[in-house]
Amino acid sequence: MELLGLLSDGFLVAFEPLNLGLIVLGVVVGLFVGAMPGLGSVNGVAILLPMTFLVPPASAIMFLAALYYGAMYGGAISSIMLGIPGASTAVATTFDGRPLAMQGEADKALIAAALASFAGGTISVILFTLFAPPLASVALDFGDPEIFALMILAFATFVGLSGDDIAKTIFSICIGMVMSAIGFDIISGEPRLVLFDLIGFQSKINFLVLAIGIYGIGEMMWTIEVSRGETMMSKATITWDRTMSNLKIIWGTWKAWLMGSGLGFFVGILPAAGATPGSLMAYGVAKMTAKDPSRFGKGAVEGVVAPEAANNAASTGSMLPMLTLGIPGSPTTAVLLGGMVIWGLQPGPRLFVTETDFVWGLIASLYAANLFAVIINIAFIPLFLWFLRTPFTILAPLIFVLSMVGGYASTERMFDVWLMLILGVGGYLMRKLDYPVAPAVLAIVLGPIAEPALRQSLLISGGDAMVFVNRPIAGPITIIALVLLFLPAIQFVWRKYVRSTKQAAG
Amino acid sequence: MRRAEIITAALMAGLSLYLMFKSMELPIGWIPGEGPGGGFWPFWLAACMFGSTIWVAINWFRRSSPPSQSEEPYLDSYAMKMFILVGGGVTGMIGLVEIIGMHLAAAVFLIYYIRFLGGHSWKVTLGIAVPTPVVTFLFFDIALRKFLPTGLMDPLYIPLYDIFL
Repeated sequence: MELLGLLSDGFLVAFEPLNLGLIVLGVVVGLFVGAMPGLGSVNGVAILLPMTFLVPPASAIMFLAALYYGAMYGGAISSIMLGIPGASTAVATTFDGRPLAMQGEADKALIAAALASFAGGTISVILFTLFAPPLASVALDFGDPEIFALMILAFATFVGLSGDDIAKTIFSICIGMVMSAIGFDIISGEPRLVLFDLIGFQSKINFLVLAIGIYGIGEMMWTIEVSRGETMMSKATITWDRTMSNLKIIWGTWKAWLMGSGLGFFVGILPAAGATPGSLMAYGVAKMTAKDPSRFGKGAVEGVVAPEAANNAASTGSMLPMLTLGIPGSPTTAVLLGGMVIWGLQPGPRLFVTETDFVWGLIASLYAANLFAVIINIAFIPLFLWFLRTPFTILAPLIFVLSMVGGYASTERMFDVWLMLILGVGGYLMRKLDYPVAPAVLAIVLGPIAEPALRQSLLISGGDAMVFVNRPIAGPITIIALVLLFLPAIQFVWRKYVRSTKQAAG
Repeated sequence: MRRAEIITAALMAGLSLYLMFKSMELPIGWIPGEGPGGGFWPFWLAACMFGSTIWVAINWFRRSSPPSQSEEPYLDSYAMKMFILVGGGVTGMIGLVEIIGMHLAAAVFLIYYIRFLGGHSWKVTLGIAVPTPVVTFLFFDIALRKFLPTGLMDPLYIPLYDIFL
């Protein structure tokens, strides 16, 4: 009952005129951002974060969270209509969404995607409401060793689960952490890592410099190279009768969207996983459990419904560790977390005690954003289709300009704009060689939390690293982290063993 | 791609060593009563970076990572052309900020990109290049009071500030 009381208070905050207006605006912007090939929620949140300094922090976070949500809906539009995922989170939607569009059933795919996103969003927000308060109350007892153990766990998931080159993933994590250490020692205040003795490195590198560099400049250059300006738009016929018959078909796929929602939520909680693997896994499970798996890839509605429910559910899931533990579950939530710190809101369990209005307002805003997203998405499909025709040669320069202006506005130093360019171009060149960029963005946000936690823990224990293993909560977290860290090595040895036993038997 | 992989690994190894060296300006060991020194954290992170570049080099030598097996060019002719035109354009825009200010630099860049790289009509080009700096000026300089650089054009902005602020 207490939960319902807090949630209804949250709705009062979310429905304040300014907040409500920003939620609707966030959803609309998110839908456009998500629909544009090459742009996803993280690009939108990183580039637009400096623009939100105009409004109070709580309203700004609601706007950005609504944008995150909207982008998850929008990603499906270009996956279906162009065959190009609007964002990596909508890759799985192309598998069956595109064939449906090619068969003249784009409307069915678009409506299925929107309704599945709504189902995924709603189910995951309910799960979020149920899980967040108990998790936050457990986390209230966390000390420095537990916080550092959680940091190790967050990065271990990248090594163990992301599937990227392990050496390059570790490099990406470490360089992000080192970047967060530039400027001065956060404990003694002494200058530290003043690279090449440049004055610009005498203060901290703002995480937005890296985030906008990577997701504004680097990602645009990547998209320009990969898309090569070639797209082919499908046609969508939307009539009342067709919509009604489509709704019946989509309702029949309830197993797929229910499974996608649950799977997406829990995968979304893991820092390295998030919406992209969540949606791919949901697609795989839907195909595996289907009566006739051969329909998949040829225009099966379940193939659209399962990943779309999963990617929306994952976006909510990734906010759970961000709000309760102060650890982002995805690059987008990492940027959101960095934004919260700028606004003076320290993410973590104390937020549930000290900023109750904000936390419950944000949770209620997720319910509202989800509802607005499905209504706006379905009502304005023709508008999104028209917008999708905007040539990339108009959109890309506007994003470059927004990146430059937003990058400057966040720190008001030209040095940071140059640094943003160097990091963006560097990130693009490294990405071409399979260096993952997301761990670096998470690391620059988490570095300033991880370092004092480590140093304080070691100080308490007199330099004994066993402090991360001996304590009742830190211990299991560290052990899980170590298992994840060594998971690729264990898998490698296991595969070798299986192969050798097979050879011996054969 | 294969050559780019090892050159990048070598460059990153160099960067890691430099970061380790820079970290040593502060104590990297244990200070009694204070715990780990200020250089401890970045030093060991940079050491991990160095270790991972060696790992990348071993993978390159054993040809076990996709880029180390690839005979494709790192940047093909299209990618190279776009890299120079787009990367150069953005660099030029940021360089121009120091001279003509951020708003005008943005307008020049939009004209360069939309008209000359994108091949759009002058109507479309100016329809975007003219309102964009006006909107950024009104939003940042006026609404947010975050004054974007004006470069040598500063005298032009004084009457505008007088009107709006």
